[in-house]
Amino acid sequence: MSLKIKALTKSIWVFHLAASPCNNCDIEILDLLTPRFDIERFGIQLVGSVRHADAILVTGSMNRKARQRLKRVIAQAAKPCFVIAIGNCACSMEMFGKSYNQMECLDNVSEVHAYIAGCPPKPEAMIQGVVALIQAQLAALKK
Amino acid sequence: MTPVNRTQIIPIGPYHPLQEEPEFFKLHVDGEKVVKLEIEIGYNHRGIEKLAEGLTYDQVPFLVERVCGICSTSHPFACVNAIEDVGGFDIPDRAKYIRTFIGELERIHSHLLWLGLAGHFLGYNTVWMWAWKYREPVLDCFELITGNRNHYAMFKPGGVRRDIEDEDIPTAMRIVAGLERPLLMFAKIAMADPVLQARLKNVGILTYQDCVELGALGPTSRASGVPWDVRKDHPYAAYDMVEWDVVTTENGDVFDKVIVRVLEMLESVKICKQCLEKLREVKDGIDANYKEIPPGEGIGHHEAPRGEVFHYVRSDGSNRPVRYKIRAPSFMNVPTNNRAVVGYTVSDATITLAAIDPCYCCTERTIVVDADNGKQLMGWKELLRLSQEKTRKLMERYKSRMDRVWI
Repeated sequence: MSLKIKALTKSIWVFHLAASPCNNCDIEILDLLTPRFDIERFGIQLVGSVRHADAILVTGSMNRKARQRLKRVIAQAAKPCFVIAIGNCACSMEMFGKSYNQMECLDNVSEVHAYIAGCPPKPEAMIQGVVALIQAQLAALKK
Repeated sequence: MTPVNRTQIIPIGPYHPLQEEPEFFKLHVDGEKVVKLEIEIGYNHRGIEKLAEGLTYDQVPFLVERVCGICSTSHPFACVNAIEDVGGFDIPDRAKYIRTFIGELERIHSHLLWLGLAGHFLGYNTVWMWAWKYREPVLDCFELITGNRNHYAMFKPGGVRRDIEDEDIPTAMRIVAGLERPLLMFAKIAMADPVLQARLKNVGILTYQDCVELGALGPTSRASGVPWDVRKDHPYAAYDMVEWDVVTTENGDVFDKVIVRVLEMLESVKICKQCLEKLREVKDGIDANYKEIPPGEGIGHHEAPRGEVFHYVRSDGSNRPVRYKIRAPSFMNVPTNNRAVVGYTVSDATITLAAIDPCYCCTERTIVVDADNGKQLMGWKELLRLSQEKTRKLMERYKSRMDRVWI
């Protein structure tokens, strides 16, 4: 397992999973790929299939309909796989927590490895969050 | 012998990597040709109207801002217009200019975003990267003025929350004026590139009649020659105090939708510049400080980048709305896909679906009942590959003429 985790920390391929977001975190994720931030220089790439992904970026507070799909998509990912909650909605459901169409927090559906707060988090914050996640995983391996 | 039903179903979505939102299209195809389209949404319904009834009038703009992240000024804009309409309030001129400036700057960022995505769908990743590169200064301008790249939280009933300081105006002016050159470049490329012409002209045509019948809004209808624009038809904020024109084209195909958006951005630059100039002189406060919202009803419009946003609010004199209703432009524009996609080939479907700049975050006011899933024949990735391949083939055909356009 430790070898797999170590391999995961190199050039992370990410899959973007939108669970009823407001789009903003999502465009900021796409923004990371464009010239100013260009995270492909770190080997981070957006992939089309969750089966190729090393990390799943979840945005938005899940609604009833999205929750079923989200569970299935996360189950389809090759393990081990990091789940990263991006934005306040994914972290804590924020202002949508009281809505009739929201059921539960992301933590209850899947293990979450990193929380990146913000509405939306700035691209710099997302990069920092992923770096912190990698460092934490590597530190845990050394112990 | 009974005729065999040869149509097959291509599902697009609900989770695919490129359109950021979860939505589900079912394309019924006969060979290469699309014969029917089913749209299934509901992955984004968050119950915002109901939540709005539990919040005070000061909090509602923050909530409706999160209806959609791309047009995150449009909804608060329409919301404050609706709340002010309940009491017939007037706001200071300076607040009007600031609102207009933020609204137009957002149109530029939204259209650039769309232009980039459209380029990507066609296999022109250079257009994607360039359009988003020129979008960054716009976001910088937002950060300078409002403190956040998106979700600006600038609007409140009775005015705006933050002033634009005099020392920020030259920087904002430089950023806005600096957009003109890249926008003209995009317009030139779109007009001159033979591949774009071959790929987008006469694809996904919406006629004037279609637009009127289906009530299409925004650039989708203006590309078909329908000159509907709430900013002109029903002026609010400072739109009747600045000089600008409604952009329309005649053909209604995807190419015209590109042109309308590029030209609209140039109009927005014009409006932004005038607003900034006025902000140097007009200094009558930014907030009218209304304390009580009387009982009654109010409606608010805003011409969002995708079309008219409509908000309705009913007040009983307390500090919360009794009923809140939102109608987003994509709600009207999504059904036009039924006319625009059907009859064209599968490789044209992606760009046609994208051409209305659909926003499902905005649209999902109701839950749509789940339909049975068709058997998967082709994923979104395949579809995207088809679309990009078609462009590549055209590129080879027009190679000699291409060299003149892209220097």
